[in-house]
Amino acid sequence: MEIILSAAIGILSASGIWLLLRPRSFQVIIGLCLLSYAVNLFIFSMGRLAPGAPPIMPKGGFVDPTLYADPVPQALVLTAIVISFATTALFLVVMIASRGMTGTDHVDGKERSQ
Amino acid sequence: MGEHLIIAPILIPFVTGALMLLYDDRQRSAKFWLSLGSAAAQLLIAVELVVRAKTGGDIGDAEGMSFYLLGDWPAPFGIVLVLDRLAAMMLVLTALLAIPSLVYARAGWGRQGPHYYSLFQFLLVGLNGAFLTGDLFNLFVFFEILLAASYGLLLHGSGQLRVRAGLHYIAINLAASLLFLIGVSLIYGTTGTLNMAHLANLVASMPGEDRPLLHAAIAILAVAFLVKAGSWPLNFWLPTAYMAAAAPVGAMFAIMTKVGVYAILRLSMLVFGETGGASAGFGSGILIMLGMFTVLFGLLGIFASQGLGRMAAHSVLISSGTVLGITGFALAGGGQAMLAGALYYMIGSVLATGALFLLIEPMSREDGGIAAMLALTADAYGIDPDDLDEVPDIGLAIPATMTVLGGCFALCVLVLAGLPPLPGFVGKIAMIQPLIAQTALPGALAWGFVALLILSGLATLIGMARIGIQTFWANDVPLPRVLALEIAPIIALLMILGTISFKAEVMLRYTSGTAHALHDTAAYAYGVFATPRAADRPAADEAQP
Repeated sequence: MEIILSAAIGILSASGIWLLLRPRSFQVIIGLCLLSYAVNLFIFSMGRLAPGAPPIMPKGGFVDPTLYADPVPQALVLTAIVISFATTALFLVVMIASRGMTGTDHVDGKERSQ
Repeated sequence: MGEHLIIAPILIPFVTGALMLLYDDRQRSAKFWLSLGSAAAQLLIAVELVVRAKTGGDIGDAEGMSFYLLGDWPAPFGIVLVLDRLAAMMLVLTALLAIPSLVYARAGWGRQGPHYYSLFQFLLVGLNGAFLTGDLFNLFVFFEILLAASYGLLLHGSGQLRVRAGLHYIAINLAASLLFLIGVSLIYGTTGTLNMAHLANLVASMPGEDRPLLHAAIAILAVAFLVKAGSWPLNFWLPTAYMAAAAPVGAMFAIMTKVGVYAILRLSMLVFGETGGASAGFGSGILIMLGMFTVLFGLLGIFASQGLGRMAAHSVLISSGTVLGITGFALAGGGQAMLAGALYYMIGSVLATGALFLLIEPMSREDGGIAAMLALTADAYGIDPDDLDEVPDIGLAIPATMTVLGGCFALCVLVLAGLPPLPGFVGKIAMIQPLIAQTALPGALAWGFVALLILSGLATLIGMARIGIQTFWANDVPLPRVLALEIAPIIALLMILGTISFKAEVMLRYTSGTAHALHDTAAYAYGVFATPRAADRPAADEAQP
């Protein structure tokens, strides 16, 4: 499972970085989305991988912490997802405004041939 | 009651900003007065917090530090706010810059687009929160708040240039935020904590095999901060974005780079300071080099700039490069005196670049410039043309326009170039003296940095003088019409600069106390854990007030 997860993070971030360096704004935003997925998976994996372990402990009594998953990274992932979702939406609006004003979706606002 | 004052700099602008969303966009006067009231309250509270940080608070104080447990959760589990000398100083600086910028916006920029005042307040939430928090993930959240607000403010006024600059600015900052998240989660993965004080405690006793991972984590985190600080290879977006921003927004952006510098200073002194065990001094060489290259880049940029806007943006780079370099020297064991000088220099240069950004627009305004600008925006937003007619009524045009503008410009240049008697000079002297005297690092490095500092002053002087001659002497267009509301905030900022210079001894005593507290990490690292929870405190405490 570690191999699959790390490969997923690696492939997502590699594709994300490649797309981020492309000249079209659509490619840039898809690249940012892929990168944020990679980062979210990375944060999640920082709590160590434990199949079938619940993150919430029962109330009272003796609790063996090794039987439970770490809840902190899961909370962090939730926050990170919400924030990156919001900022990506904002970025999309700016991109559409830029497309409308310059008439092109090139990130520099002009085509090379012009 | 007094202990809750620490959270007020976050709550006041938050509530004000949210409240103003309920108002119709046409009620600009009400919004303006609300914002101004909020900023003034923040200034008063920040001054009170400085006094408290100097003398020591009543609750949980360790050498003047106060801690505030959010939600009354005990230290490493909950989020903690930390007020020390550095944080209090930055709060005052933010409020001092915010008030003139708000007053300036009242003269015209505030009506250029929707929700200006709300966004401005949210920017203050993010700034104040980033200065106060003692938790890494909370720092990320406040960074995002201030960035989201700054995206909106950068685009304020619209126009093709702003949208294009905004596109680059947002893309770069989104990528930097992702790096921030990787760094924070890697720190959590290696140490199991997000609390900065807890991290400082753990770093000395870390097993050797975990250390490289922690170093990698902090280095990734530092890249995110360096993007915000405008450090050399990561700052090519900055001059265009700052130049494109509306004048009062540009003035606030002068402190946004310093948030990155603040985060680097805070974290590196805490984690890699003298108590860092085998990690002590990690990254100091890189910080020095980056600082030097940033100053060099800003210096060349000033020579290459044609307009005042781009020149002001490059002087922002010089000031943050200087503080970054000194942080590196202090981290390598260069001593507290130069850090004290750098903090003093930072206060002066932030205020001076803020004033310069406010000056750009009146200086380069041709007759009818503002009317044309307003008409353009009215077109874009479909604002009622009747709204525009009230523009000339907003304040009196000042007499002797050129004299006043020229005088203000000259004073700004004196501060930025580091000439006496203004704070730029005192700050540079306070940095250069200990740099030459220090023995912890090779002398060539220190001398190189000193040479760059002096050369950057020379470059600023030459570049700015060129612009000044073009604007004030070799200009035959009719005199621009400048409103008193626009020039008053600039004069206020310059008067503050004069006061800082006049009271240099008091200020330097404060900043050297700050530098001492930054070097002595024990008070921070253990104070957080010594803070009693409100629920555990004896009942006598409640009877006291």
